[in-house]
Amino acid sequence: MSWQGMYTLFYKELRRFGKVALQTVLAPIMTALLYLLVFSHVLNEHVSVYNGVSYTAFLIPGLIMMSIIQNSFANSSSSLVQSKVTGNIVFVLLTPLSYLEFYLAFLASSIVRGLSVGLGIFLVASFFVELPLHNIFWLLIFAIFSSAVLGSLGIIAGIWAEKFDHMAGFQNFIIMPLSFLSGVFYSIHSLPEFWQLLSKFNPFFYMIDGFRYGFFGVADVSPYLSLLVVSSFWLGFATLTLFMLHKGYKLRD
Amino acid sequence: MSPAIQIENVHKHYGEVHALKGLSLSIEKGEFFGLLGPNGAGKSTLINIIAGLTRMDSGRVSVMGHNVVSNYRQSRQSLGVVPQELVFDPFFSVREILQIQAGYFGKAKQSSAWIEILLEGLNLTDKADANMRALSGGMKRRVLIAQALVHKPEVVILDEPTAGVDVELRSSLWRFVKELHNDGHTIVLTTHYLEEAESLCQRIAIVNQGELVALDSKESLLARGVGSTCTVSVTLSKPINNLTDSLKNKLKSCDENRIEFLLNRDTDTIISLVDNLRMIGAEIIDLRTEDADLEDVFIELTRQVNR
Ligand SMILES: Nc1ncnc2c1ncn2[C@@H]1O[C@H](COP(=O)(O)OP(=O)(O)OP(=O)(O)O)[C@@H](O)[C@H]1O
Ligand SMILES: [Mg+2]
Repeated sequence: MSWQGMYTLFYKELRRFGKVALQTVLAPIMTALLYLLVFSHVLNEHVSVYNGVSYTAFLIPGLIMMSIIQNSFANSSSSLVQSKVTGNIVFVLLTPLSYLEFYLAFLASSIVRGLSVGLGIFLVASFFVELPLHNIFWLLIFAIFSSAVLGSLGIIAGIWAEKFDHMAGFQNFIIMPLSFLSGVFYSIHSLPEFWQLLSKFNPFFYMIDGFRYGFFGVADVSPYLSLLVVSSFWLGFATLTLFMLHKGYKLRD
Repeated sequence: MSPAIQIENVHKHYGEVHALKGLSLSIEKGEFFGLLGPNGAGKSTLINIIAGLTRMDSGRVSVMGHNVVSNYRQSRQSLGVVPQELVFDPFFSVREILQIQAGYFGKAKQSSAWIEILLEGLNLTDKADANMRALSGGMKRRVLIAQALVHKPEVVILDEPTAGVDVELRSSLWRFVKELHNDGHTIVLTTHYLEEAESLCQRIAIVNQGELVALDSKESLLARGVGSTCTVSVTLSKPINNLTDSLKNKLKSCDENRIEFLLNRDTDTIISLVDNLRMIGAEIIDLRTEDADLEDVFIELTRQVNR
């Protein structure tokens, strides 16, 4: 392993989003808070999902996870597309870094981006609502695994996409709808049976559900099942990403 | 002792385009090597394969004895590449870029003094903390060179480093590259300025349509001249109008007392030309042979294949 090389790439990726933190960290926090403000104001009185949990409190973990999902995906994918389009990806490809080191560096920076945004939303939201913390271990596990899944998917999308337009398509037609329709705003038990079933095919549902379990100690499905699903997705995407990187698919053609 | 770069029977297709057709070439350690060829000949493709930026379909390539596929870590440590395209990372300053690049090669700590030397040598000290976006094209080109050298590679490949660079900067770049060469680096250069290659390179390869059409020392390449003929121009003390038939056959042009003859290298000699002229009473004031320059050789060689 070339630890220093890998660390440098990780550090460069951190600096890259750190230098534009207004757009990469603060903007998503702001967006999540706007959702929170609007939905909790409209629905807090009328909807109760779990006993003793206000709708606002219920909403926050979902919003946090949705932001983690979107931002860890955005991090690796936009960085790769940008480097490919501008051509500066060669500076990394010319180095002795292995495909595994390349993957881990991009993965780690996506996780950091996801967690930074998530933590930011959590901290600001804590001013408005008191959130229970049932089990911080589950919280962290789901936050980390979910950003790992999306960071990997972001690398795959970033390698595949040839222009920003492809990327926007991926983001708007796959990531956004799946993350919106995964139980951020509701418990799937409140859905008609057909939609409940459909939701169970959405991997993002398990990320949010497991994450919510960390806060409340209750969830729509068992956190172990959620963990199994999420970690399997990570393994699958990691394998695919490593395979693509190893083959040099679209990067070293 | 293994050569600096060894290329054996490399093939590369891009879809229908057969960009490299079984190219073989070996570049010795310490050489200043020129890689020439018209647009689309396959020079950059070959460089990308050496650097591991592109995968070859078949063939073997090694840098300093390290196979570029199976032993890529060592081969890339030994190699610095200045890419043809003017690429840069807009997020960072010049110094940051160089520190990051050194870090990729695991040389973050030992490189800080070397980075200052590079900045100095490439006249970038003033701009060290400027963002890459704020640099002119020529400055960006120099940063690319510094980036290629930051891990102190033994072999340096420059893919058209002087495209779009003004005359003054070009000569300072060449001074810099010559120093690198004197320090023992192997230098490989592609350029479309043939006089550059002629003045700098010891050995030259000419590639056309993915094939090697010439590989020789600069001197023997020039000595080949163009094809099998050479031009001799003679200035006489006064115009002459009684040329013999055998002289008329060799006549290329005639302008008052300046006459050009086209000699066949195999059958004619300059001595016999002079003798023949003397016999008809011509008094020779000046005689010169037109030296072929690299451009003639280049055009001749690449044209033959294009036909
Ligand atoms: N990424 C690519 N995809 C498809 N075709 C390519 C690609 N890169 C190069 N080619 C083709 O391969 C051939 C060789 O191109 P290459 O860039 O190696 O030429 P070159 O000798 O460097 O030319 P120049 O002097 O213009 O830089 C050309 O026909 C080019 O169109
Ligand atoms: Mg080229």
